[in-house]
Amino acid sequence: MALLDVKNISIGFPSRHGMFVAVEDVSLSVEAGEILGVVGESGAGKSTIGNAIIALLEPPGEVIKGEVYLNGARIDNLSAEEKRLIRGKKIGMIFQDPQTSLDPLKTIKQQLVESINLHLRLGRKGSEKKALELLEQVGIPDPLIRMEHYPHQFSGGMRQRVVIALALCGEPELIIADEPTTALDVSVQKQILDLMRKLCKEKNVGMILVTHDMGVIAEVADRVAVMYNSRLMEIGETAQIIGNPQHEYTKSLISAIPRPDKRVRRFPLVTYIEDVVERKEEFDVSTHWLGQSRDFDMKVADDGTILQLENLGMRFQITNSLFKSKRRYLDAVKDVNFSIKEGETFGIVGESGSGKSTIARMVTGLYKPYKGAVHFLGKEISAISHTSEVLPYRRQMQMVFQDPFSSLNARMRVMDIVAEPILFHKLADSKAEAEHIVLDLLKLVGMSDDAYAKYPHQFSGGQRQRISIARALATRPRFLICDEPTSALDVSVQAQILNLLKDLQEELNLTMMFISHDLPVIRQMCDRVAVMRHGQVLELAETEKLFEDPQHEYSQHLLGLMPQLNMLQA
Amino acid sequence: MFSFLIKRLLQSFMVLLSVAFIAFALFKFVGDPINNMVGQDTTLVEREALAERLGLNDPFPIQFFNFIKGAAVGDFGLSYRHKVPVSQLIAERAPATLELSIISALLSVFIGIPMGVYTAIRRKGFLSRSFMTVSLVGISLPTFLIGILFIFLFGVILRWLPTFGRGEVVQIGFWSTGLLTWSGIKSLILPAVTLALFQMTLIMRLVRTEMLEVLTTDYIKFARARGLKENAVNFGHALKNTLIPVITIIGLQLGLVMAFAIITETVFQWPGMGMLFIQAIEEVDVPVMAAYLMMISVVFVAINLAVDILYAFVDPRLTIDGGSKHG
Amino acid sequence: MVDSEMKSNSKWVQFLKGDLWYDFTRSPVAIVSFLTMAVCLFLAAAAQWVAPFDIFDLATLELMDADLPPPWADEYGEDKFFLGTDDQGRDIWSGILYGAQISVFVGLASVIISAVVGVSLGLLAGYAGGRIDSFIMRVADIQLSFPAILIALLIDGVMRGLLPRELHDELAIYVLIFAISISGWVQYARTIRGSVMVEKHKEYVQAGLVIGLPSRIIAVKHILPNVLNPLFVIGTIHLATAIITEATLSFLGVGMSPTTPSLGTLIRIGNEYLLSGEWWITLFPGLALVVLVLSVNIFGDWLRDALNPKLR
Repeated sequence: MALLDVKNISIGFPSRHGMFVAVEDVSLSVEAGEILGVVGESGAGKSTIGNAIIALLEPPGEVIKGEVYLNGARIDNLSAEEKRLIRGKKIGMIFQDPQTSLDPLKTIKQQLVESINLHLRLGRKGSEKKALELLEQVGIPDPLIRMEHYPHQFSGGMRQRVVIALALCGEPELIIADEPTTALDVSVQKQILDLMRKLCKEKNVGMILVTHDMGVIAEVADRVAVMYNSRLMEIGETAQIIGNPQHEYTKSLISAIPRPDKRVRRFPLVTYIEDVVERKEEFDVSTHWLGQSRDFDMKVADDGTILQLENLGMRFQITNSLFKSKRRYLDAVKDVNFSIKEGETFGIVGESGSGKSTIARMVTGLYKPYKGAVHFLGKEISAISHTSEVLPYRRQMQMVFQDPFSSLNARMRVMDIVAEPILFHKLADSKAEAEHIVLDLLKLVGMSDDAYAKYPHQFSGGQRQRISIARALATRPRFLICDEPTSALDVSVQAQILNLLKDLQEELNLTMMFISHDLPVIRQMCDRVAVMRHGQVLELAETEKLFEDPQHEYSQHLLGLMPQLNMLQA
Repeated sequence: MFSFLIKRLLQSFMVLLSVAFIAFALFKFVGDPINNMVGQDTTLVEREALAERLGLNDPFPIQFFNFIKGAAVGDFGLSYRHKVPVSQLIAERAPATLELSIISALLSVFIGIPMGVYTAIRRKGFLSRSFMTVSLVGISLPTFLIGILFIFLFGVILRWLPTFGRGEVVQIGFWSTGLLTWSGIKSLILPAVTLALFQMTLIMRLVRTEMLEVLTTDYIKFARARGLKENAVNFGHALKNTLIPVITIIGLQLGLVMAFAIITETVFQWPGMGMLFIQAIEEVDVPVMAAYLMMISVVFVAINLAVDILYAFVDPRLTIDGGSKHG
Repeated sequence: MVDSEMKSNSKWVQFLKGDLWYDFTRSPVAIVSFLTMAVCLFLAAAAQWVAPFDIFDLATLELMDADLPPPWADEYGEDKFFLGTDDQGRDIWSGILYGAQISVFVGLASVIISAVVGVSLGLLAGYAGGRIDSFIMRVADIQLSFPAILIALLIDGVMRGLLPRELHDELAIYVLIFAISISGWVQYARTIRGSVMVEKHKEYVQAGLVIGLPSRIIAVKHILPNVLNPLFVIGTIHLATAIITEATLSFLGVGMSPTTPSLGTLIRIGNEYLLSGEWWITLFPGLALVVLVLSVNIFGDWLRDALNPKLR
C-alpha cells in the first residue's frame, strides 16, 4: 500500500466563463521515503494538485472528481475539522518564498513551539527541546541563540531551513514542497535540495516536489510525473523519464532544455505546444529597413572594439545619516574592465547581487557610473552630459528586459509601443511609413499579422518577449543588451526566444551583451563570458574554455552546482 | 532606534513651527489688532503708540520670535470679542471638549476594532454583511445630521435624554467634570455617541480592509498548512499583524475626534473649545483662532509621536537589525 | 485596415467585455446605487427645469404659505407643496433641488480640483524623487494630520477676515470649493505617488529611457495612464466626503448663506424649528443629503471591491 494514492483526480475553478479545469483525471502515488517530482510549465496545474491534497485550494477551487488516500484511508471527503487535523500532523507543506512564509512578528521559537505543542503535546519544555533538535537537523548554526530571533534576521536560505523545520514539527509522513528553491540562489538551492533529500531518507518521509525546473528534478527526485495543460503526460523513474522519455511532450520538453555539456547550434522546438511560431521567409539585411543608413560615421575601432568599459564602478547608498561617517554604501560594481568586439555575443554570468544587471544599466545610461568610463563606438558616452549629443549613440544600443509582463506598457497598443522609438528618433518619414515598418518588424520576430492592434495583456509571456525584441530593434541598433531575457519564461518558450535572438544576431550582425544566471543558457548563446561575484569580474574567457577548464575557484564552484542531467542522451 | 526617535522629534518640532507660522500669519494679515482693541475715537498718535508697545513695528522675525515665546507659555493675548486672556477662555472650555472626545474615542476604538475583526473573519456571514451595510450608512450620515436625528428622536419624541449643555458639573481644582453627576452623564450620552459613530464605522472598515489583506499573505497560508486552528491563525497571527499598521491610522483618527467635536458641540450646544472656535471664526476673533489651532496641533503631534514610539515597541523589524546574513 | 481593427478592439469594447462590467450587471447593489446616484445628479443638474417653484424669485413667496406641513402628513398642508414649506413660504421640494445643485456643484468642483492638483503633485513627487519628493510629502504629512473640516474652517475664517462681508457672501461658493479642494488633494497625491514609485521601476519605463525618451514624456505618456485606476475609486468616495464637508460647513454657518442655500444651509435653517415640532423643514433636506451621499458611497464601495482582485 502506497503512502499517498491520488486516484483520477480532477480539480475545477468555476468562473463566469464556465468551469475552468485546472487538473484533469490525474492519478499518482508516493511511497514512504520516496521523492516524487511533479514537473510542468506554468499553468500546467502542478501546484493545484499539491494544494488539493492538503485541502488548501484557493477558493473557489474544488475537487470535482476522484479520490485521495493517505495510508489507505480516504481523506478528500473528510470534514473541514478532520482535514485540519491532517495538515501539519500527517502532511506538511513548504512554500516557494521563504521571505513571506513566516510571521514577521513572532520569533522562530514561538512559531516552532506553537506547531510542535499543537501536534505532539509535549508541553512547553518538551516543545522547546524538540524545536532545538529540529533547527539542528535543518542545519541552523547556534540554534539556541538563533531560535530567539525574528524571521527578518535570517537570510533567504536560512529562512527556508526554518520553514522546513516548521513543516516537520508534527512529524508528518508526507511533505508537499511547492517550488521550494525557486526563490533562492543557485548555491543555496543546492544546499536546500540536499537537506530535503537527506531528511526524507532519514525520517522515511514521502515527498511531492512541485517544480518547473528539470534540473531540480534530476538532482533529487526518485520518480517524476510530467504535467502539461492540466493532464498527466507521463510518470516514471527519473532516469528513465529524462534519459528515455516516451511521451511526445516529454521528449520535446527535454530536448528544449539548454544542455550544460555541449553547445548546439539551434534548440529543437517543443512541437507539442500549439502556439509555436517560426519565421519562414528569408531575410536580406542589405535591402531591409533595418539595414539602411546605420550611421556609418560612427566607426567601430580598427581592432573591432564596439564597447569598452574602463574601471567602471557603481556605489549605492544603503543607509543615510546626517553624519558622513555613519552612511553606509554598497559597491555594486567594482573596477570592471572589458571590451566587446563587433558581432560577438558577450556573456555575463553571476548570482543575484553580483552586479551584472548594474553594468547593463550603466552602459545604457540608466545609472550614472560612480567612477570609470563607458566607451561606445570610440566615444566616452558616460561623460556626455548633453542629451542631444548622446542620443545618436544611445539609439545604437537597445535592451531586452527580463520580465515580459512589466516591460511593455499595458496601456499602449503593440503598434504604438513599437512605433514610438521609430517616431521619436525620426527613422521614418511619415506615420504611415512607421506603421509599415512596425508591421514588418512584428513579422520579423515571428508575431502573427493581427498582433499590432492588441494590447500586451492579450499575449503570452513568450509573445510579449518577441514584441519587446521588436521594440528594441525599432531604433536600428547595432548593440543589443539582453538582461536575463528568458529567465521568466518556460523552457519551451525559452528555446524559441533564444533561437530568435540567435537568428537576428546572425542576420543583422548584431553585437550582444547577454546577461544570465543560467550557465547552460550562457553556454548556448555566448562567445566569451565574464564570471562575476560581488561586483567584480573574476574570470573572463572564451565560453568553451570556461566550461571545459575553469580557472577561478568561484567559476569551478558555479559549474559544479550546475544540474548535471547525466541521464540525457548524447 | 534612537536616531529614529530624534528624527521624529525633530519632525514634530518642524510641524509645530509651521503651524505656529500659520497662526502668526493669521495675526499679521487677518484683521487689524489695533482696530479690535481700541474705540473709534482713538487718535492716530495713540494708535501708533499702542502699535509700538505691542511690538507691531518690530522686524518680522522678531515679531515671530515673540509670538512663539508667548505661545510656548500659552499666552495668545486678549480675545478681540471677550476681552479676556485667550488662555483663560481655553482653560475654561477645555475639560468639556476633552471629556467628550476621550469618551468618544474610547467608544469608537473598543467597538470599532472588534467589529472590524469580526467582519474580516466572517466575511460572508449575515451579521458581517449587516455591519458593513450599516457602516456605509454610518459614513454617509454627516455627524451633524446624526446629532439632529438623535435630538429629534430621544429629545423631542421620546424625551429620554437632554439635548443640550453639559448638565450639572463638579469643579475639581481647575477641572470641571460632568462625569460625577447623573445629569452630567445623561447629557454626555447623545453627544458622545454621535461623535463616536462616524469614527467607529471608519475604524471598523479600516481594520477589516487591513485584516483581509493580512489574511491573504503567505504566512497565514503556511500557518493553515501546519494545521493551526482557525482561532490560532486569526487571533495568534493575523490580528497582531493587522493591528500594527492600524495603530497609525487610529492615531490619526483620534486626532479627528477632537476636530469633529466642533460639529457635535455646535449641534448639542456643548460648551467646549469647538463652539468657541466656531464663534471665533464667525467673528474673526484671531487670537482665539490661533490659540485653538496651536492647541489642537500640539495634541495631534503628541498623538503621532506616541503612535511612532508604540510602533517601534511592537514591531521587531524596527527595533532589531536584520543583521547576520550567512547561508 | 489598421483603423478598423483598432476600433474593434477599442477601450469601450474592452470595457464591455471586461470583468467590471460583468460584475456590475450582476450586482443589484451596484445597479441600484448607480441609478440612484445618476437620478440625484440629474435632478440636481436640472433643478431649474424640474423644480415646481423658483425659490430665488421673492415675488412668488407669500407669507400665508409659510410653515405649511406636508399635505399627506397633516390636514393643514397644501397639495402644491407636497413636502411642505419653510418659514418664508418656500417650497421644500424646490429648495432641496436647488440646494442639491449647489451641494453637487461644490462637491464635483472640489473633487476635480483636488484630483488635478493631487495627481500632478503626486506624479511630480513620485517621479522626480529626492528633495522635491520630500518637500511635497512633508507638506502632505503635515496637512494630513489636520482633518479636512478643520482646514476648511480655517480657510473660511481667513477669507472672512480678508474679504468684506458682502463680498464674502457673494464669493462663499468659491471659498468653499477652494477650502474643500485644498483639504482633499493629499489623498490623491499620496496614492498616485505610491503607484508612480512602483511603476517607475518597472521595465517598460526603463525601456523608454533606453530608447532615449525624455522624462517628461515618460512621466506623462507612460506612467500616468498606468496609475490612474485608483482615481475612480478615490474620486467617487471623495465626492461623498466633499458633499458632506460642504453640508457640514454650511450647517456650522460658515458655508453657503441662507439667500443661496445648499442642503447644509437648509438643514441649518430647519434645525431652529425642529424643537417646535416643524420637523419637515429640516428632515427632508437631511434625507435628500443622505440619499445622495449614500448612493455615491455605496457605489464607490462596490467599485473599490470590484477593482480589488484579491477580494474577488
